[in-house]
Amino acid sequence: MSNPATHATVHEAHHELGFVRTYIFSTDHKMIARQFLFLGLFMMVIGGLLAMVVRWQLAWPETPVAGLGWLLTETEGVLPPEAYNMAFTMHATIMIFFVIMPILAGAFGNFCIPLMIGARDMAFPRLNMLSIWAAFLSGGVMLAGFFVPQGHAASGWTAYAPLSAVATYQGVNWGQNLWLISLFILTISSLMGAINYITTVINMRAPGMTFFRMPLVVWSLFITAILLLLALPVLMSATAMLLFDRTLGTHWFLPEGGGEPLLWQHLFWFFGHPEVYILILPAMGMASEILPVFARKPIFGYRAMVYSMLAICFLSWMVYGHHMFVSGMDPRVGMAFTLTTMVIAVPSAIKTFNWLGTLWGGNIRFTVPMLNALAFVAMFVIGGLSGVFMASTPVDIFIQDTYFIVAHIHYVVFGGSIFGAFAAIYFWFPKMFGRMLNPTLGHLHFWPTFVFFNLTFFPQHIVGVGGMMRRIYNPMQYEFLQHLQWWNVFITWSAFALGLAQIFFVINFFWSLFAGKKAPLNPWQSNTLEWIAPSPPPHLNWGDRIPTVYRGPYEYSSPEVAEDWFPQNRSLPARAAARH
Amino acid sequence: MLSWWLPENVSTFGQEIDFLFELIYWITGGVFVLVAVAMLAFLVMYRHREGRRARYTHGNTPVEIVWTVVPTLILVVLTALSIPTWARIKMQLPQTDLKIEVMAKQFNWIVTYPGPDGKFGTDDDKTFDNEVHVPVGKPVVLVLKAKDVIHSVFLPNLRFKQDAVPGREILAWFEATKPGKYEMPCAELCGFGHSGMRGWLFVHTPADYQKWVKEQWPSS
Ligand SMILES: [Cu+2]
Ligand SMILES: [Cu+2]
Repeated sequence: MSNPATHATVHEAHHELGFVRTYIFSTDHKMIARQFLFLGLFMMVIGGLLAMVVRWQLAWPETPVAGLGWLLTETEGVLPPEAYNMAFTMHATIMIFFVIMPILAGAFGNFCIPLMIGARDMAFPRLNMLSIWAAFLSGGVMLAGFFVPQGHAASGWTAYAPLSAVATYQGVNWGQNLWLISLFILTISSLMGAINYITTVINMRAPGMTFFRMPLVVWSLFITAILLLLALPVLMSATAMLLFDRTLGTHWFLPEGGGEPLLWQHLFWFFGHPEVYILILPAMGMASEILPVFARKPIFGYRAMVYSMLAICFLSWMVYGHHMFVSGMDPRVGMAFTLTTMVIAVPSAIKTFNWLGTLWGGNIRFTVPMLNALAFVAMFVIGGLSGVFMASTPVDIFIQDTYFIVAHIHYVVFGGSIFGAFAAIYFWFPKMFGRMLNPTLGHLHFWPTFVFFNLTFFPQHIVGVGGMMRRIYNPMQYEFLQHLQWWNVFITWSAFALGLAQIFFVINFFWSLFAGKKAPLNPWQSNTLEWIAPSPPPHLNWGDRIPTVYRGPYEYSSPEVAEDWFPQNRSLPARAAARH
Repeated sequence: MLSWWLPENVSTFGQEIDFLFELIYWITGGVFVLVAVAMLAFLVMYRHREGRRARYTHGNTPVEIVWTVVPTLILVVLTALSIPTWARIKMQLPQTDLKIEVMAKQFNWIVTYPGPDGKFGTDDDKTFDNEVHVPVGKPVVLVLKAKDVIHSVFLPNLRFKQDAVPGREILAWFEATKPGKYEMPCAELCGFGHSGMRGWLFVHTPADYQKWVKEQWPSS
């Protein structure tokens, strides 16, 4: 075996680039990955604070929001309903499009794909740079919406027409326009990323890296890219059409001109359901990556993991109607969507059982990335199971548009995607930045996050079953919700604690970035290729020789070697193999 | 026991919805307990120990087949149980002479009765704001319309929800089983006044309902 340390310092010298080319207009996939990560983390602060405002209003409706007196001078700090609608609309928009997508698909797609398949960079590095800059532009346009008269979009992240199509219905003019323009730009950014990921995975795998030797996180990002490539043009068209309705006088979604409001929902959810899988598939890949490393065991059912993701990719185009069961869509169509929606739970079930199979018989190390990956699995199970309620059309009649849905979506995208993102950050931070995150702060972040996440979102199932509608400004306006109000107060306190727990993460992240322990090449004793590159890897990743791959990514505790890991690139002469 | 929190059910098809809710609750709850117990057990049993070596296995095809087929069967059965109820609620409009138009607008329900002649658009139509009166034990058909944006008629106690969409006329029905006064909120975000957009459903005994009709249309 060659000593990994000798790889570390080879050939960094001949790629001296200036500050601007290195940190700002960089075509290096790793720098672009960091830029996506910082974009996502920055936006997460804004999205999180908006959630706190929403929670304040729901617990103590129409009382002055602590700390907002300077902003809401006319109402002395009380949040007016328009501002409340804006807050939850922008919370969801930011978290979905500017936090989860940039971190999971943007940052880790860019970081993991080339490094884990043994490529020097993305197939199209300039396109990649254009993608991050389009994302920054889109984020800037989105943030600008907060500063225009009448405020930002307030029609929900789903922007149902005609509420979103006519300025007077919503009382918002440029906010909604900027929202649409921003998302339009973001789809361009994501499309460029998707084309890049797909091309890179197909064409740039290192010698020996067959498709079925690819790490599952690469598979998940590859499949996510396919979904992005096919789903985003639909969102792109829909946002353009809605913008034309608002500004040019077209009537795509307006009945008075012969348009059809439900057309928006068809387009939006045809994009929107695959979008849910775009948000969760990379996290599934990350869990599949991290569980074997810390269970010191091969992933259970590698092929089943791949085929189930392909099944999700295929089925996710045929389920979107479950968002529209009571929308006025022909109920006969609803019957077909019931079946497909039920069936799409199967691949997720397969994945869950294989994760359990991976833990079974392992030698489990409870590191911070592992804890987050385990939390992902457990929370995703709850989010998946609560989805069965919605799939059953009659039950959906009752729970549609209630907090049950809010609970479900948060178990999937927070319990799932965000725990996946935390797991990935704790896991790859050493490679990304060359320093270790502090494990004590990591535990201080993980445990309160896990506990308060559940205390915040599990009770939302209960208020949902009680009938509380989502997106209402003041639950106390309804007699049948009065007895649930103490739950809302409880949820709000939990949400505040959940928010405060993130401070440990921020401290850990920035402190470790500058002062953390220097990361070794392979701190987790992992098999995949990124761990043979220096931490952080230099421009073009591999020095003068691209690694050759000899085996799959999950050969942990293999009887062929004495150690309990067996890197993908290590060649093993036949004699040596026989000796062990 | 999530169903403890369901509002009291007072509609005929509500029982079927509650039954499915309960069934799915116990199935998914059972699955969750199994998964959680297995996971916790594995985490404890197979925690890191010096000198321990993990089991070297790449999977097991028969097991994969079992945990693919069993969930599929459960989910197909749930589909088969759901569809007849769905069809009964949303596809089979009962015969009734009681049709009420509910026109949703920002931020009110405009409720119109056709009057004694049973026809909309005639002189004896009568319109109410945010009030629907029906007799108990009789199917009622609502004709849902919307003037501006999408709204959604939600009757939590009747397990009834249907969006009202501009440009469309959507028919929906319910049959109440217990007299009383029930809240009728709007469940679809419809603008700054969405919260607080609500009406009341008054379910009367047949005698009381006749009395109410007499008061509204005294001449007939
Ligand atoms: Cu969906
Ligand atoms: Cu409304």
